[in-house]
Amino acid sequence: MKALVKEFTKGIFRENPIFVIVLGLCPTLAVSTSLDNAVGMGVAATFVLVFSNLIIAAIRKIVPDKIRIPCFIVVIASFVTVVELLMAAYAPSLAKRLGIFVPLIVVNCIIMGRAEAFASKNKILPSVLDGLGMGLGFTLALCIIAFIREMLGSGKFYGREIFSWYEPINLLVLAPGALLTLGMLIAIANAVKSRRVR
Amino acid sequence: MREKFEVSVSPHFRSKDNIPRIMWLVILALIPSGVMGVYYFGLHSFWVIIISIASAVLAEAMVGGIRRKGITVFDGSAALTGLLLAYNLPPNVPFWIPVTGSFFAVAIVKQAFGGLGRNIFNPALAARAFLLISWPKYMTEFSMPFGGPDAVTSATPLYYLKELKMGVSEMGLSYIDLFLGRHGGCIGEVAIAALLAGAIILLALRIISIHIPFSYISVFALLSWIFSDKGLVKGDVLLSLMSGGVILGVFFMATDYVTSPLTRKDQLLFGAGCGLLTFVIRRWGGYPEGVSFSILIMNAFVPLIDRVTLNRLYGGKK
Repeated sequence: MKALVKEFTKGIFRENPIFVIVLGLCPTLAVSTSLDNAVGMGVAATFVLVFSNLIIAAIRKIVPDKIRIPCFIVVIASFVTVVELLMAAYAPSLAKRLGIFVPLIVVNCIIMGRAEAFASKNKILPSVLDGLGMGLGFTLALCIIAFIREMLGSGKFYGREIFSWYEPINLLVLAPGALLTLGMLIAIANAVKSRRVR
Repeated sequence: MREKFEVSVSPHFRSKDNIPRIMWLVILALIPSGVMGVYYFGLHSFWVIIISIASAVLAEAMVGGIRRKGITVFDGSAALTGLLLAYNLPPNVPFWIPVTGSFFAVAIVKQAFGGLGRNIFNPALAARAFLLISWPKYMTEFSMPFGGPDAVTSATPLYYLKELKMGVSEMGLSYIDLFLGRHGGCIGEVAIAALLAGAIILLALRIISIHIPFSYISVFALLSWIFSDKGLVKGDVLLSLMSGGVILGVFFMATDYVTSPLTRKDQLLFGAGCGLLTFVIRRWGGYPEGVSFSILIMNAFVPLIDRVTLNRLYGGKK
């Protein structure tokens, strides 16, 4: 039981896919301009992660080793298609804003990485918990970055303006702002970690 | 004494009291241009300079405290960053612009990369780029010289040159005006005469070497002469050189020790790259001015340039 809890929580802090493993940066940098986008992207990726881990763990024994990567991609791509169509049907404006980054979840390193490194070697339940933990960790990291960028870069919180006097730092909603914010946050995460080790 | 201040290929002679001397001398060489800027644009620009320096020094002290690196405020590098940043600002910016810019320059561009000597990008220029992209509305509004407290806005020669393709006389200016700085522009970049005086002092004292300015100016001048708007070999070289921040950038920012290459050959290459990019940005880019962006881009190439022209060890393989 304890091991299962650990599989779940490791993705959130200790092995956070963005701040610690530094995977999946392409969607992170691209969609973290607003909290709204971040939540949408995080939920979509978590959904795909949980279900692809589930299926891959279930079929891990019948998949020939040599063609495992194509098999994983087929599984992942199916779930991404599900997400894409659901999003287009029920949240069209979000789908429009996320654009190409929804189909690109197929090649998201976090999902591929968990399939290869975890789900293909573990039982179904731990794999699902691993996927859920990693997905939540991804969503959390995305939300922190998006919160900072949206707050400072456009003076808004979840799309609502908060300070009318504030002159937003335009740079933060552009690409360099994403890299700067991410770099600062990773630096903070490392500082906290090294302090804890000491 | 002379050799001591030359930056050459390693091994270096280590002597700690060199940094403050160099920094303060550069600051001293920059003062005439600032005096001219304040004279042209009024008291507001004076306060912009003071606030910029003060906040750069404050940021240096604060980050130095956090990083437990001791007090590095008195080496003058933070003050120089603040001063250079102010010189790159339009005269009538609100006061929070230099404050934000200085903090960005010192805390993020310089200290987050490891402090003086380890920053990849020139802090003042990176801060200017940051401000220009973040608040273009304040960073592209220039006031006329002697505009008084109302600060009548005017376009800069660069704008006339790029958007309206005017010549000097069509702008209502003469080359003397350009040389003395009687036109719209950033606080410290307009007074070419004062900048050149400062640059000559630095060159004479061997604080800076001629290599970067030489290749920068010659490549830039050659390209703007040959490929002008008006046809081949018809460019107004003097106008291109004396408008905008070329002189300030060439002598005082491209030659920054930390962010430029060490050997003579590399410096020539670095300067040529800056000149080429400045021309390309001015001619085809989205902004009228390309000096700061081109120096920043070449800053990023410095480690590569260092590798390309690495000295071959005696007896070693090619």
